[in-house]
Amino acid sequence: MTQQDVLQQVQQVIREELDNDDVAVTPETVADDIEDWDSLTNIQIMMALQKKFGVKFTALQINGFKNVGEICNCILSTKA
Amino acid sequence: MNFLQLKKNNKRDFSTFKAIRVALLGDTPTQLLHTALTGYGFEAALQFVVYEAEYQQAEREIMDNASGLYSFNPDFVVIFFTTEELYKAFVHLPVSGRAGFADTQLQLFDTLVNTIESNTNAKIIFFNFWLLPDGVFGNYSNKTPYSFTYQLRAINFGLMQLAVKHKNLFILDADSLQNQHGYNYRLNPAVYVTTGVVTNPEFLVPVAQNITQIISSVTGKFNKCLIVDLDNTLWGGVIGDDGLHNIHLGGLGIGKAFTNLQLWIKQLKERGIIIAVCSKNDENVAREVFESHPDMELRMGDIAVFAVNWDNKADNIRSIRAALNIGFDSMVFLDDNPFERNLVRKELPEITVPELPDGPEEYLSYLQPLNLFETASFTQDDTHRNEQYKKEAERVKAKQFFTNEAEYLASLYMQVTTGRFNSFNTPRLAQLSQRSNQFNLRTTRYSEKDIERLACDACYMVFDFSLKDKYGDYGLVSMVVLKKQDGNFFIENWLMSCRVLKRGLEGYVLNTLAERALAAGALSLIGEYLPTPKNNMVKDFYPNLGFTPLAANSWQLNLNNFTPVKTFIKENT
Repeated sequence: MTQQDVLQQVQQVIREELDNDDVAVTPETVADDIEDWDSLTNIQIMMALQKKFGVKFTALQINGFKNVGEICNCILSTKA
Repeated sequence: MNFLQLKKNNKRDFSTFKAIRVALLGDTPTQLLHTALTGYGFEAALQFVVYEAEYQQAEREIMDNASGLYSFNPDFVVIFFTTEELYKAFVHLPVSGRAGFADTQLQLFDTLVNTIESNTNAKIIFFNFWLLPDGVFGNYSNKTPYSFTYQLRAINFGLMQLAVKHKNLFILDADSLQNQHGYNYRLNPAVYVTTGVVTNPEFLVPVAQNITQIISSVTGKFNKCLIVDLDNTLWGGVIGDDGLHNIHLGGLGIGKAFTNLQLWIKQLKERGIIIAVCSKNDENVAREVFESHPDMELRMGDIAVFAVNWDNKADNIRSIRAALNIGFDSMVFLDDNPFERNLVRKELPEITVPELPDGPEEYLSYLQPLNLFETASFTQDDTHRNEQYKKEAERVKAKQFFTNEAEYLASLYMQVTTGRFNSFNTPRLAQLSQRSNQFNLRTTRYSEKDIERLACDACYMVFDFSLKDKYGDYGLVSMVVLKKQDGNFFIENWLMSCRVLKRGLEGYVLNTLAERALAAGALSLIGEYLPTPKNNMVKDFYPNLGFTPLAANSWQLNLNNFTPVKTFIKENT
């Protein structure tokens, strides 16, 4: 799985959880860039990502994600 | 149903739904529960208008009678306290104080409930506490009052006792929901630590479902009747092919699955659910199983209507409905055959048709968590409801022999007992006002507290009517609330159980009201009809009784020249 694959799938999860197909993300995207991505919808997104990729984020990781790229890297490194 | 679907429901059109005001008070963030609850409302055709108290402000809002909670004027107050917060309070107590923890908490909860009750008429839905095995005492925690587990279970038990005591208090069994779905399904530690939210979004789906079910049943919408198929539903095999000795039933093999289902149905019957049978079979062959198979838990006496023939099942369910006089939306239909299920769903979309799993061994574990039979009340009378409906079905049959309505009514030897409020009939009056939807002129719902209040109010007169005939006793079946208004009596509500339709009871009730109102010095009776999706049958009730139009949906009956309605009912002496 390449970083681009992961990014695509992460974008898909965010679209589903926010119920908004117009969402487009890059590795540099941060939550504030996306409408409705707040601390509550973040719970849904984190739960959905863990389920989708079969990974488990620690609280430290969740708190430390600076942007979408870091989420993708975390998924890639956990799965590897 | 998952959380995302509930969330999407929130964007749909709720404008035709009944609005219910719900205040949500929690000790952890409640926004996700809010989303799930309003979304679930769509599934039940309810529009929940939600007030969320400030985070961790629940107790203050309850104790302060000028708070946002009370100015919101809620119909329901949902109190969502969590074990996680309770645990923090427990561990900070000195060890010596821990054995009294449950008592202290329960006193606080009692005070909170009392305060809400004295400030509003809202019903209270209080979450009990899910188990949190803290591993401090191990299994020994069950043997010492100093353990958290011991105190937690005492609190949950105490909450049940509080709910028995407080008529307006209902418990949301959060502990049972965690038990069904699992601790790890309920709590994600990373989410909890980062946000303080103790419930995964998916766990909030059954929570929202159960809150909605409590609210629906309190506001008068719940299932009253279970209709069951026979072959491969109540027993294994096909009675017409396999014969009495070869069907699966009893303690051996897969028979257990069917016996357990029957035991469950029998318990539903004993708590007031009407049981009917709808099956394609020869009636005599099917009847013989109920009469002679030693392992049948259900007997003919448990079945209110036995619709066994080769007709289409939707038609049979229509005839069951006609015999019982209840709405399709209060019926549940169990059938192992997907064809029959789909046919019934298509023809009668209001009826609930669970998608039974393929293996009979899974029927119960599938059905029980659906919580199809939530209720807001239970009285001793409920135990006999099935028999009453059974007699009603016999009356419907007997009626077919009489060509003349009057002759038939006279043959019933009906007697009525007219009552005024007393403490014995309050629970039944409240229940009747919650259960009646069709014959209900203004659909005012009264709680037991409301009725007690009306009885003490000199402006009000509350009447109740109990009916019996040669087939049996219907019990208390009709209720009228009169309110004095400028020399007239306004009928604040008039309702009647549909079990006693077309007996002439309404005429008898009117005669009684007229007589009593005249004796109390009233000049006229004023009746109003407030339409709901369900009470169309009484749209022309007042004009049909001889009332004259007063305003839109409002009529008046002058008492001075009132001629009593002819009935075939005598006062019970």
